[in-house]
Amino acid sequence: MIEARGLEKRYGDKVAVHDLSFTVRPGAVTGFLGPNGAGKSTTMRMILGLDRPTRGEVLVNGRRYRDSAAPMHEVGVMLEAKAVHTGRSAAKHLLALAQTHGISRRRVTEVIDMVGLTDVARKRAGGFSLGMGQRLGIASALLGDPATLILDEPVNGLDPEGIRWIRGLLRDLAAEGRTVFLSSHLMSEMAQTATNLVVVGRGRLIAETTVDEVIASASPAAIHVRTPQSAALRDVLAGPGVTVTSTAADTLDVTGATSVQIGEAARAAGLALYELTPRQVSLEDAFMDLTRDAVEYGTTGTYATSSSSTDNEKTFALAGIAGSETRA
Amino acid sequence: MSTQTTQMFGATSTAAGPTAAATATATAGRSAGGPRPASHGHRPAMRVTQLRVLRSEWTKLTSLRSTVWTMAAALGATVLLGFVLSRVTANDWPHYTAEDMRTFDATATSLSGMYLAQLAIGVLGVLVISGEYATGMIRASLGVVPRRLPVLWAKVAVFAVASFGLMVVANLIAFTLGQAQLSSRHIDVALSDPGVLRAVLGTAFFVTGIGVLGLTLGALLRNTPAAIATLFGVLLVLPQIVGALPPRLARIGDYLPSASGDALLQVVRSPSVPTPTHGLLVLLAYLVATLAAAAVLLVRRDA
Repeated sequence: MIEARGLEKRYGDKVAVHDLSFTVRPGAVTGFLGPNGAGKSTTMRMILGLDRPTRGEVLVNGRRYRDSAAPMHEVGVMLEAKAVHTGRSAAKHLLALAQTHGISRRRVTEVIDMVGLTDVARKRAGGFSLGMGQRLGIASALLGDPATLILDEPVNGLDPEGIRWIRGLLRDLAAEGRTVFLSSHLMSEMAQTATNLVVVGRGRLIAETTVDEVIASASPAAIHVRTPQSAALRDVLAGPGVTVTSTAADTLDVTGATSVQIGEAARAAGLALYELTPRQVSLEDAFMDLTRDAVEYGTTGTYATSSSSTDNEKTFALAGIAGSETRA
Repeated sequence: MSTQTTQMFGATSTAAGPTAAATATATAGRSAGGPRPASHGHRPAMRVTQLRVLRSEWTKLTSLRSTVWTMAAALGATVLLGFVLSRVTANDWPHYTAEDMRTFDATATSLSGMYLAQLAIGVLGVLVISGEYATGMIRASLGVVPRRLPVLWAKVAVFAVASFGLMVVANLIAFTLGQAQLSSRHIDVALSDPGVLRAVLGTAFFVTGIGVLGLTLGALLRNTPAAIATLFGVLLVLPQIVGALPPRLARIGDYLPSASGDALLQVVRSPSVPTPTHGLLVLLAYLVATLAAAAVLLVRRDA
């Protein structure tokens, strides 16, 4: 359980985190979502007492993290994969961390095996790839068998096998009743890993929600149609519950009718179709729908999505990036 | 519980290779304790103690190549320079003036390698903490010991014990080798002679103190080049500047860290060098002041 209450962090005039309150509950994977620079890492550092909040407080399992007698048993942390001395071997790095808590060498070997670093455990961590560094970070987080895990962009740099592995691992850890809190700037990544969401932008809370809510709130998918006789097709399709919008001279976006219905209607009317493409509402778009109001009234920025919705791994960008909203 | 375990195997078995197998075993093993697995068992309770942080810092110090290299450099410089200077002195002895002979310090000659050793140990002291800031390791170190101060104390203690041990050994070798060279002119001294053992231990203490000074500078500046430059400036440049002062102000030099080294090294007293006790106190004052500042800032600043 992580409870942030009115957290604020200023660096001089710059406000990195403003009046941030949220709760991360045990037994679920909670995503901490926001673009780069939204204050995610700063917030995580405040949870761990690495940065001192300018105002407010954050409690882990009911008390400040620094007041814990066994911090590694309370919270397992991976803030950045490269928080490792480059000249030290992975095994010695983990041993040094373990020794602060009287954790056995056996446990060190166990976590090395668990993350798949057995073959390189005696090698200097400076030579590790990003993915291996990430695994080492996860190993150090698991050392103390913690009730809470805090991971900053854990998937970053992992290969597909590694990504699948960590998703399974995090789900298992949450299923055991642990609190799992991980940050990402990718909604699509969150949808596959997390169930709950804490969404931030510009250091402010935008929403505390769930992935299911975001998806359920999404507006229905549109079907993209290209035809040289768009006016005629428009008339043919007109009917209750069907919305047709024209995006260019020869293209239509249709909601309320299936691609089968549109195709049959066009054939019956003798109209040529060049393209008939069902468009999925991307998670980013769904997420925008849910949070647009919160953003417009909550911060001074505007949203911008960067690419077409056919790209389901795209990033979304919040306030601060110039450009208007472009949605398919 | 059984469904949970099954789920776990189900989830992890989708991943390929030895990793998957290891994950399955480990998570299944941990799930036996229930929602918040009991890791306490029969082992001593998992918690942070100063002794455990000391053990951790020992592992850190001994698992880096830079430690081996700088310590080897300190040992080599002490022994080699002590040997060479003693040998050269023995060869040159017939040309010494009566005054030179009267003020000749056989102990100091054989131990003068410490002027190089202090630089090696000073660099190691800086690296003990600045290396963690440079690599980001410090956030892992302070993350698992969020009260922070135990980390600083452990670093100082482990480094000081290792440096002092090394320098006592180095000094004893340099002294023995050096006196063997000087014995050809019968100008050697014995370890049991008045003040000799004090100089051997005092010099080791001085070099260790310079290392700890480097450590505190590393903690204060959190930057390797800046801390090394500051330390070398204090040790090598500051005495030159003070030396250029008018005679009336020259005694300021007695309060520099470098003067402590001269004071602790000497057995044959020279009027221009402060007493060993003075040197010891000056060095201790610097250490207390910089350590206190490092401790306060370590707790106050964001890591």
